[in-house]
Amino acid sequence: MTVNRRTLVKGMVAGLLATRVPARAQEPWRPAATEKNFRIWDVHSHLGAMAGNTPEDRLELLIRHMDRLGIERVILSQGFEEFEYHPTPEQVRIENDRVMRAVKHFPGRAYGSLYINPENVQASLDEFDRCVRDGPMVSIGEIETDVRCNSHALDPIVERAIALNVPIYQHTWINSLGDGPGESSPFDVVELARRHPQGKFVCMHTGGNWEIGIRAIRDCANVSAEIAGSDPTAGFTEMAVRELGAQRVIYGSDVGGRSFGSQVGKVLGANISDQDKELILGGNLRRLLHPVLQAKGLAV
Amino acid sequence: MIDTNVHLFQWPFRRLSGDTPASLVEQLKRKGAQQAWAGSFEALYYRDVSGVNARLADACRNEGAGFLVPFGVVNPKLPDWEEDLRRCQEDHRMPGIRLYPSYHRYPLTDADFVKLLSLAASRRLLVQIDLSIEDPRTQYPWMMAMPADPKPLGSLVAQLPALKLVLLNGANWAGNDDPDVVAIRKAQNVYFDMAKNEGIGGLEALIAATSPDRVVFGSNFPFFYFESALLKVREADLTDSEKTALTEGNARRLLGIL
Repeated sequence: MTVNRRTLVKGMVAGLLATRVPARAQEPWRPAATEKNFRIWDVHSHLGAMAGNTPEDRLELLIRHMDRLGIERVILSQGFEEFEYHPTPEQVRIENDRVMRAVKHFPGRAYGSLYINPENVQASLDEFDRCVRDGPMVSIGEIETDVRCNSHALDPIVERAIALNVPIYQHTWINSLGDGPGESSPFDVVELARRHPQGKFVCMHTGGNWEIGIRAIRDCANVSAEIAGSDPTAGFTEMAVRELGAQRVIYGSDVGGRSFGSQVGKVLGANISDQDKELILGGNLRRLLHPVLQAKGLAV
Repeated sequence: MIDTNVHLFQWPFRRLSGDTPASLVEQLKRKGAQQAWAGSFEALYYRDVSGVNARLADACRNEGAGFLVPFGVVNPKLPDWEEDLRRCQEDHRMPGIRLYPSYHRYPLTDADFVKLLSLAASRRLLVQIDLSIEDPRTQYPWMMAMPADPKPLGSLVAQLPALKLVLLNGANWAGNDDPDVVAIRKAQNVYFDMAKNEGIGGLEALIAATSPDRVVFGSNFPFFYFESALLKVREADLTDSEKTALTEGNARRLLGIL
């Protein structure tokens, strides 16, 4: 095979003619869908994987990013330090203290959510009382340790959550490469939710493999699907709305390991109605949190 | 805005909004794109890649003229792949090719791959390497395509200064200090798309670790939501001129270099 100069130049000219670009639009990175002033609440944020030496520094950084996308509020939990599969009660307390410190500094932008390790049931109950019953936190989770959430160890914790009407956010994954040790799946969430029909559960990540996760929770009305923390694969939000109804789909990001933008895009880019987007981006979360926020005198 | 990372036709495992050329073009234009560099999902598993490239070229010409820029596939593990390379440039007038080592299952140390890069450079064809379209954690378990390891490119790109290389769907470029990855980041003839770049400050970190002149807008549409890429740009702490370079200027210059 030979390439002669004439062939090459001919190809180049044809290529350049075919690739002429029209004049640039103003701020092309500003999609029109974000201008609709949705009230965006994010159910899934952490203070890990980002710059900043203190919890306050890191939440301040998050807020700068939130402001660029019009995100009003985040639910913040654990993750300042590297993820631990077996956090001790002391490590759990430190993480919760960090979250409460950060939230106290920016009360209008974040609510705290409780970190627990169900391996230590009594310590989890004590931490619930300290941070939720007697403190400023408004929910439980993201629960992400190596106790599968179908364990009966979670029962007394769920009962206490039901008593105060706070939702529970449970990490889940169905990993094609194999789940992590003790990693929960949407099937485990359903088992737990069926034992506690009064509980309000959010299936974080919807298993990552969302085509399976959505089906797993479909028949369990007290479990909502959360869309955070996976690549923004198209169709996720549409299938969740189609199979569960928009009232059971909740936006979250899983920052700082993920971007707000990539995850908000799963909703703003979906072929669903603006009414459904409003529910997913914040309406559903506010509905779940309304009783506890009202009881604590916090803004909804 | 120029999107350097889209695919035509059907994803093998689910239907997508935008998986016909007409709907893809309509959606991308409505969302603000002015040009899209298109590969073909058929390239992943079809063995008759000559037919794949012919259909891609036809679709770009007939349904996306002046908007879609075709990037044909060459699989260096197929017999007579050199003829596919020739047809891409001479018959289909493509400005570049797109390679899928994770689906075609060759490492970037493979001798045929190295020869392909060299021939593409001599033809002054732009080369896009798609490192991983889908997160392996969510892939169909019986048809896994693990992400290609880019590290062998660290020494290769230095040996091929005429090569213009765009790495698509790579992740964590900024957070990896392996010497070969550092060499890739610093190579002046290597560009990076941002479809899989994630994290708070992730886009800023990618640009800082590489160059404001060598990061290009890519969405991985229609497999990903296009808005996810757009909103990452909007979220980033970049100046308007940096965003303009990212979304258009660098890609425009890259084609102009050809």
